Amino acid sequence: MQALYAQLLVGLINGSFYALLSLGLAVIFGMLNIINFAHGALYMMGAFVAYFLLNLGGINYWWALLLAPIIVGIFGMILERTMLQWLTGLDHLYGLLLTFGIALIVQGVFQNYFGSSGLPYAIPDQLKGGMNLGFMFLPIYRGWVVVFSLVVCLATWFLIEKTRLGAYLRAATENPTLVRAFGINVPRMITLTYGLGVGLAALAGVLSAPINQVRPLMGADLIIVVFAVVVIGGMGSIMGSIITGFALGVIEGLTKYFYPEASNTVVFVLMVLVLLVKPTGLTGRAA
Amino acid sequence: MPDTAVAEAPAKAASGGNILQVRNLEAWYGESHILHGINFDVNAGEVVTLLGRNGAGKTTTLKSIMGIIGRRTGSVKFNNQEIIRATSDKIARMGIAFCPEERGIFASLDVRENLLLPPVVREGGLPLEQIFDLFPNLKERLNSQGTKLSGGEQQMLAIARILRTGASFLMLDEPTEGLAPVIIQQIGHTIARLKKEGFTILLVEQNFRFASTVADRYYVVEHGKIIDGFSNAELAANMDKLHTYLGV
Ligand SMILES: Nc1ncnc2c1ncn2[C@@H]1O[C@H](COP(=O)(O)OP(=O)(O)O)[C@@H](O)[C@H]1O
Ligand SMILES: [Mg+2]
Repeated sequence: MQALYAQLLVGLINGSFYALLSLGLAVIFGMLNIINFAHGALYMMGAFVAYFLLNLGGINYWWALLLAPIIVGIFGMILERTMLQWLTGLDHLYGLLLTFGIALIVQGVFQNYFGSSGLPYAIPDQLKGGMNLGFMFLPIYRGWVVVFSLVVCLATWFLIEKTRLGAYLRAATENPTLVRAFGINVPRMITLTYGLGVGLAALAGVLSAPINQVRPLMGADLIIVVFAVVVIGGMGSIMGSIITGFALGVIEGLTKYFYPEASNTVVFVLMVLVLLVKPTGLTGRAA
Repeated sequence: MPDTAVAEAPAKAASGGNILQVRNLEAWYGESHILHGINFDVNAGEVVTLLGRNGAGKTTTLKSIMGIIGRRTGSVKFNNQEIIRATSDKIARMGIAFCPEERGIFASLDVRENLLLPPVVREGGLPLEQIFDLFPNLKERLNSQGTKLSGGEQQMLAIARILRTGASFLMLDEPTEGLAPVIIQQIGHTIARLKKEGFTILLVEQNFRFASTVADRYYVVEHGKIIDGFSNAELAANMDKLHTYLGV
């Protein structure tokens, strides 16, 4: 029973990363119509920025949670201004190739300097240790990651679905030309949206640093699963990507307990099944 | 020809300075050359109607003024400022508002969000109470999804949302298209009231019987050019010509 709960917790943690990453992908896809293959590399950059802040600047985890998404978000906005914006109106394939290329370059640069092994990042003092819940032992940092990710996901959902800024975003996703003709600077909104999506990826990177260490390829490994999550959930819906992210993490965790041999493939099997039944994904609209 | 039409137009009273001046406007969709030199004027406080057959270039004219056609040349002056090269968000912020032919109600926004979407660009927009006074239906449906409204209600919403922005120059593209006669009548009353409030309106209509209830002047668009223009008083005398122009 202990082992089941432990796997459930691992599933929730992975689900947190899936949710934060697929949420960013969905937001970016909605506004830019780009499938952002650079997402994993930007997630990795978030972790590295936290590492540099700590080891070069003595800036702690809590500041990194705030600063790394901003720094990587600005890097993303520069990418959007200098490259991605020129893809408007072209086939998805170009965006996919360009962002994939960016991911390879970014990962290549980090690999060149840091090799492939992991750099350690310590759990902040305030989140060290664990709690005995009676039925299981809960490492506090892991509980924090799940709760904090959930809060960030829901805040993002609220921003997009319930605020005026979000109304601009939803409207511009539907009809950017008309929204611009109402006097809204849509190109700037697109840049900021990309920054937001990228910032969420970087935030996930910071959260994962104390758990998974900081590695140049940490994003490349994760992003394949995240894309499967996105395909299953569908690109169209914010809440859909959050729920699918957490749900698939949990399903993966349960599979690890009940049938470990399938734990690495269960997401992909589900993806194939969903594609057969509903090609736009569970909550998606046609791309 | 177009310039004489302009010259013949009745001079407007007091407030009637030139608001919009379009000269030699050409526009393209990709390789297709759609507008071939459009010339016309709109004076403050007027309702001016563009008539013309389907495909004549009326919508393209409005979109070119609004800055949402990629390639356009010539001159469009709004309050004496050249806007031919401005982006559409800048043009909107100068005080031009556009109500598109397809209405452009957002499905992912509820009625309230649709109504409040266009940002206020200057003072002097209609307060919400006055908008609900014009369109009582909307007030009851504020929480419905935008596209769940009937065609007539969607049209009202599309007009209503550009009234609060403070833009004083409205471009309405076929607001009566596909609507029931009672609703067309309601939209007619609305346009008349907006004119009284001091709005200047550039209207595109196929239905000149409707247009004649609200318009001060007409221009006829054909093959991307203005081929004729006359005032409402001259409408009766021009009826035969109009029937030929519009093929009705
Ligand atoms: N998006 C477009 N791409 C290419 N051609 C277009 C497009 N929209 C309109 N056209 C063409 O431009 C011409 C003028 O269209 P439009 O301005 O919509 O006419 P109207 O509003 O007078 O009915 C038509 O021949 C139409 O086929
Ligand atoms: Mg038209």
